[in-house]
Amino acid sequence: MAAGVISTSRRMLSNRVFLWSCLAATMIAILLLSVLMVSIAIEGWSSISWRFLDSFASRKPAQAGIKAPLLGSLWVCAICGLAAIPMGIGTAIYLEEFAKRSRLKRFIQLNISNLSGVPSIVYGILALAAFVRFFGLACADEPWTLGDPESLFFIQFPFGPSVLAGGLTLALVILPIMIIASQEAFRAVPPSLRQGALALGSTPWQVVRLVTLPAAMPTIMTGAILAMSRAIGEAAPLLVIGGFLLVFQTPTNLMSDFTVLPLQIFNWAGRPQADFHKLAAAAIIVQLVVLISFNSVAIIIRQKLQRPLQS
Amino acid sequence: MTALAARSAAEIANRGTPHSALIRRWSEGSIKFALLSMTLLSVVTTIAIVGVLAGEAWGFFSMADQPDISLWSFVTGLEWSPLLGARPAFGVLPLVAGTLLVTAIAGCFALPIGLLTAVYLSEYASSRTRTILKGVLEILAGVPTVVYGFFALTFITPYLLQPLSSGFGTYNAMSAGIAVGIMILPIVCSLSEDALRAVPQSLRDGAYALGSTKFDVSAKVVVPAGLSGVIAAFLLALTRAIGETMIVALAAGGLAQLTANPAEQVQTMTAYMVQIFLGDAPAAGVEYKSSYAVAFTLFLITFVLTWSGAIILKRYREEYD
Amino acid sequence: MTQPSTPVRDADPATAPPTNLTSDPRGSHPSETTAISMRSLNGWYGSNQVLHALDLEIAAKQVCSFIGPSGCGKSTLLRWINRMNDTIPSARASGTLSLHGIDLLDRTLDVVDLRRRVGMVFQKPNPFPKSIFDNVAFGPRLHRTYSPTDLEELIEQSLRASALWNEVKDRLDSSALGLSGGQQQRLCIARAIAIGPEVLLMDEPCSALDPRSTASIEELIRELRATYTIIIVTHNMQQASRVSDTTAFFYEGRLIESGATDVLFTNPKNRQTEDYVTGRFG
Repeated sequence: MAAGVISTSRRMLSNRVFLWSCLAATMIAILLLSVLMVSIAIEGWSSISWRFLDSFASRKPAQAGIKAPLLGSLWVCAICGLAAIPMGIGTAIYLEEFAKRSRLKRFIQLNISNLSGVPSIVYGILALAAFVRFFGLACADEPWTLGDPESLFFIQFPFGPSVLAGGLTLALVILPIMIIASQEAFRAVPPSLRQGALALGSTPWQVVRLVTLPAAMPTIMTGAILAMSRAIGEAAPLLVIGGFLLVFQTPTNLMSDFTVLPLQIFNWAGRPQADFHKLAAAAIIVQLVVLISFNSVAIIIRQKLQRPLQS
Repeated sequence: MTALAARSAAEIANRGTPHSALIRRWSEGSIKFALLSMTLLSVVTTIAIVGVLAGEAWGFFSMADQPDISLWSFVTGLEWSPLLGARPAFGVLPLVAGTLLVTAIAGCFALPIGLLTAVYLSEYASSRTRTILKGVLEILAGVPTVVYGFFALTFITPYLLQPLSSGFGTYNAMSAGIAVGIMILPIVCSLSEDALRAVPQSLRDGAYALGSTKFDVSAKVVVPAGLSGVIAAFLLALTRAIGETMIVALAAGGLAQLTANPAEQVQTMTAYMVQIFLGDAPAAGVEYKSSYAVAFTLFLITFVLTWSGAIILKRYREEYD
Repeated sequence: MTQPSTPVRDADPATAPPTNLTSDPRGSHPSETTAISMRSLNGWYGSNQVLHALDLEIAAKQVCSFIGPSGCGKSTLLRWINRMNDTIPSARASGTLSLHGIDLLDRTLDVVDLRRRVGMVFQKPNPFPKSIFDNVAFGPRLHRTYSPTDLEELIEQSLRASALWNEVKDRLDSSALGLSGGQQQRLCIARAIAIGPEVLLMDEPCSALDPRSTASIEELIRELRATYTIIIVTHNMQQASRVSDTTAFFYEGRLIESGATDVLFTNPKNRQTEDYVTGRFG
């Protein structure tokens, strides 16, 4: 009765085929990345120059550059980080170290995971209503201003399509990512450290400030950098709030007009002329260089700063 | 000696000036309050999103000068032509169909490849290979989506698709779908890998002890055991695909039409929103307001998908320990 | 001594009046020497009752061991004495539990102040990922402001008290995680001593250590009882008989027998105690 026996060679064959399909799939991922990098490098390399980095946009491809979007990206990302990183860590601290297990906590947790699935363009619509227009509470044509428009500390209400509005928009987009990454960092801190600090008479906040936060910090920073690298590549929500496609100045204060690299890339990529495609590719190279340096910092932090928390 | 030291430690410990319990309690309370407010901000965000979208969409459906627009005609209408012709039509189905077509193409591309790569990473790869591959995936995950859009427009369409068939136009659903697929590949891959690695080693050992090949173990033990995590990863990736904006805005085209032909151009919900917010449609106009109704539809679809992902993870998670 | 005013309980040894756990045979006036006392103390995790009507008094400046098989409630009881059970939302208790007359089950009790008076050492050494100095200085800095010289002296005396000073005095600034397991546990004892507690709770402090480190910790415990009231939870009966003045035996959340250690080990009154200390079960 050998009918039910699957021959060994057939089993070995299926085993082999499976391994090869797994390998092939993996190779596709690597191949894609290489093709992407190479095709963009070929197309954009010739346009990279100091002049390209140091010039404003122009109707003539030969004179156009990315000074405004580059600095705009920096401003927007700085604001985004200043807003989202503390908020994300604070929320994670509350959820992991203070909140008791309750319906409210479960609800908030579910809500955060839902927020992380909301398309970024939807955040743009919220930000347009909330930051740019203040829900129509203030008159957009005659904003209420504070300080000298030329100075660094100029503020107006509503914010309008400004650097500040852009940064806060991206902060909304990455906040759920930031919260979830920080929560995981806190969960990875051994509970015995918390117990030890509590037993010495620490208050919950002292436990966080002196023990769990320092222990979780390297992981949180890695998460923060990855979240920031998401923010620096976002274009859709900024497009909705009215990030400009052509800007001929760099930001001087929080209320300045701005554009960012991804928007500039979108603008050039969407034009029919091949010369602009070259500019887009060159801007992509700059963007990817920034991105990869972000990622390398994250990797270095992960490897160098992550000391053991227990022996 | 030890006993003496203990006594003097106890004595010195009392020398310091005690901290005020009142200040301690007060600062503890205010910090807790501040942290709670930060936490509640995420709830406020959700409420604000729903409020803004629902409010503006309501404004669209109840416009006095547009008696033809109703929720029913919006949900069931087969034609979407807000900017063309004397009588604009607002049936959202062509936009939904365009979104689903692009998402389906992306899914067909990314889900199998992502899962197989995840299996390779978790079951076959050495730890060195893993580290390198994860680095590659992390870079892919960080590439801005506008870059994939550019890649679709300037590489996938002219160098991959158009040589295959002359039916492919400059803008087509196929190239946008593939680019969206590349975008979600790292998500599928790293989340599925997490799910597979969470399967305890003892299950694998048990299967090997019964004489299984690596294929048997991976396909019949590990993947089924991690299935809830893998499906949640798929759902999350598809949610990202549905909400993806810049790729489709660049590569899928701008003509809303009901079609299943990947060589034709389609307009997705997100691409329509970009078209409106980029253009200079008057803020009180019907086209502008229609974008909020579209946005609300998009939000509801992604919300349902994320929600089901969370439920699947919670309800069907296999507990080992 | 009065009969505890608790509801009717089934006939088990715990219904006996509170045992005065002072090994001093004259047993002068209990209130002067009693550090911790509990009467009809019940404890729950959720709906699961883990402590049943405990009546016990623990003498000041002596070593008391809690023994009993796993899950008998001895660690739970320990964690009520410094209210570490507050970190478990489902933990509840009724009855009375007091430290020098302070009601430890009072909801409004300042647990921070309580934990300053009741130090705790855990099963596994849990030094913070900080320097040796900062580990010991952690507690003092939480509660009081010291002059730099006082703080240094406090650290030194605490480390001397835990018999660690000579091994670490040249590397106070290096990480505590570089110490061996036994050294880490002694560091945790020094850390607890530095806050100037009256009571030291030790939850199986040697279970993660090798025999030599265990011996040094046991010697330390004997030295420290001159200054502190020490309660040690242990699985190891030899350890209990070596270090403690009094012993309490728990089984399934009930106090079966308690008294002077040598009496309890050589001449137990209760059959279950006898079976346990002679190794017939547990």
